[in-house]
Amino acid sequence: MASTGDSLTSQGYIQHHLTNAKACFTDQGLSFNYACADAGFWTWHIDTLAWSIILGLVFILTFRSAAKKATTGVPGKFQCAVEMIVEFVGKSVKDTYHGSSQLIAPLSLTIFVWVFLMNFMDWIPVDWIGTLSSVIAGDSWQTIESGQSHVYHKIVPTTDLNMTFGLSFSVLALMIYYAIKIKGVGGFLKELYAHPFNTPWLYWFNLILETIALIAKPVSLALRLFGNMYAAELIFILIATIGLYQLPVHFVWAAFHLLVIPLQAFIFMMLTIVYLSMMSEKH
Amino acid sequence: MNFNATLIGESIAFFVFVVFTMKYVWPQLNGAIEARQKQIEEGLAASEQAEKDLELAKKEAANKLKEAKNEAAAIIEQAKKRESLIIEEAADKARAESEKILAQGQAELEAERNRARAELREQVAVLAVTGAEKIIARSIDAKAQADILDQLVEEL
Repeated sequence: MASTGDSLTSQGYIQHHLTNAKACFTDQGLSFNYACADAGFWTWHIDTLAWSIILGLVFILTFRSAAKKATTGVPGKFQCAVEMIVEFVGKSVKDTYHGSSQLIAPLSLTIFVWVFLMNFMDWIPVDWIGTLSSVIAGDSWQTIESGQSHVYHKIVPTTDLNMTFGLSFSVLALMIYYAIKIKGVGGFLKELYAHPFNTPWLYWFNLILETIALIAKPVSLALRLFGNMYAAELIFILIATIGLYQLPVHFVWAAFHLLVIPLQAFIFMMLTIVYLSMMSEKH
Repeated sequence: MNFNATLIGESIAFFVFVVFTMKYVWPQLNGAIEARQKQIEEGLAASEQAEKDLELAKKEAANKLKEAKNEAAAIIEQAKKRESLIIEEAADKARAESEKILAQGQAELEAERNRARAELREQVAVLAVTGAEKIIARSIDAKAQADILDQLVEEL
């Protein structure tokens, strides 16, 4: 809580909150944070990884326990809640994707619930877990307050581009897989070069156009989610710097977030279904 | 905010979660939902059928009731007829019986009277004889009639 009002301290505070905990292998073995400045690509954001996997486990274990006990008779309240989500996702898939696929529906369910849970972490006040980790690591209160703590901990995985791009590139891979599976390699390539203008001397133009269109899909998918969550997180952090008045303001922003969090999860899921159905349809 | 190996880690995690959901979560839950939907559908159809059956049964019951009422009325009619018949018959029989009893009584009365009359006559005769005997005994002198008596003895 940088209540000192010092802009430099605030900047450090905000910077600190927006930095992931890093891990990498250097000459000294396993290293963290600053030591990873030169590690390049082979750096791991351990907070993003840890939280996303924990939340993913929460998702699959919760749903697995519901699935194990699922009865066709009168369902309990827990089963009802889970079934509501399953039915909602199933309906979205059925309305949009007209092919038959064993994958699309579970994929959409995973995306929806997982992304929702990761976005949900945004509701946890920005200082709680980060400060707790710094305290556990033994940093003094002063260091923590000014954003000088050497422990970094970002708890919302979807505010990490690696997370959102990890999802959307997986979706891209699935799109290409479906396109090839349904239309064959030739069919897929033909859509890339012969699509808007079906004249041989414009094939090069088509290829550029279609490739950009194909790449733009996962990029926009990832950036939309990232942008929304990152901006929201940034505003939460900014609110946290204004001192005592943050309480009502935080509440208002958190309430507004009530819309954004499920909406972004839903949009990510819906666009995934739409993209996959576009790729599996013959033009 | 650089791209790094986290991208790969998240992709792998995503893949694992999707596969798990596909194998162990979605089919069970969706199967349960679909099975229940089918059950409810069948249940609704069955209840609709049952309603129709009920309607039919009600109609049939009403018909049966009407029939039964008619039959009952007919039976009552018949019973009434039979009743009057029986009463008439019984009255006839009773009349005949009473006449018979009356006739018998009269016959008995007649017989009794005859018997009494006969007895009376007998007693009157005895009385007359006795009276006559007494009168005769007073008026008759044994000596005067001795010749008659002797004659009677002789004749014996």
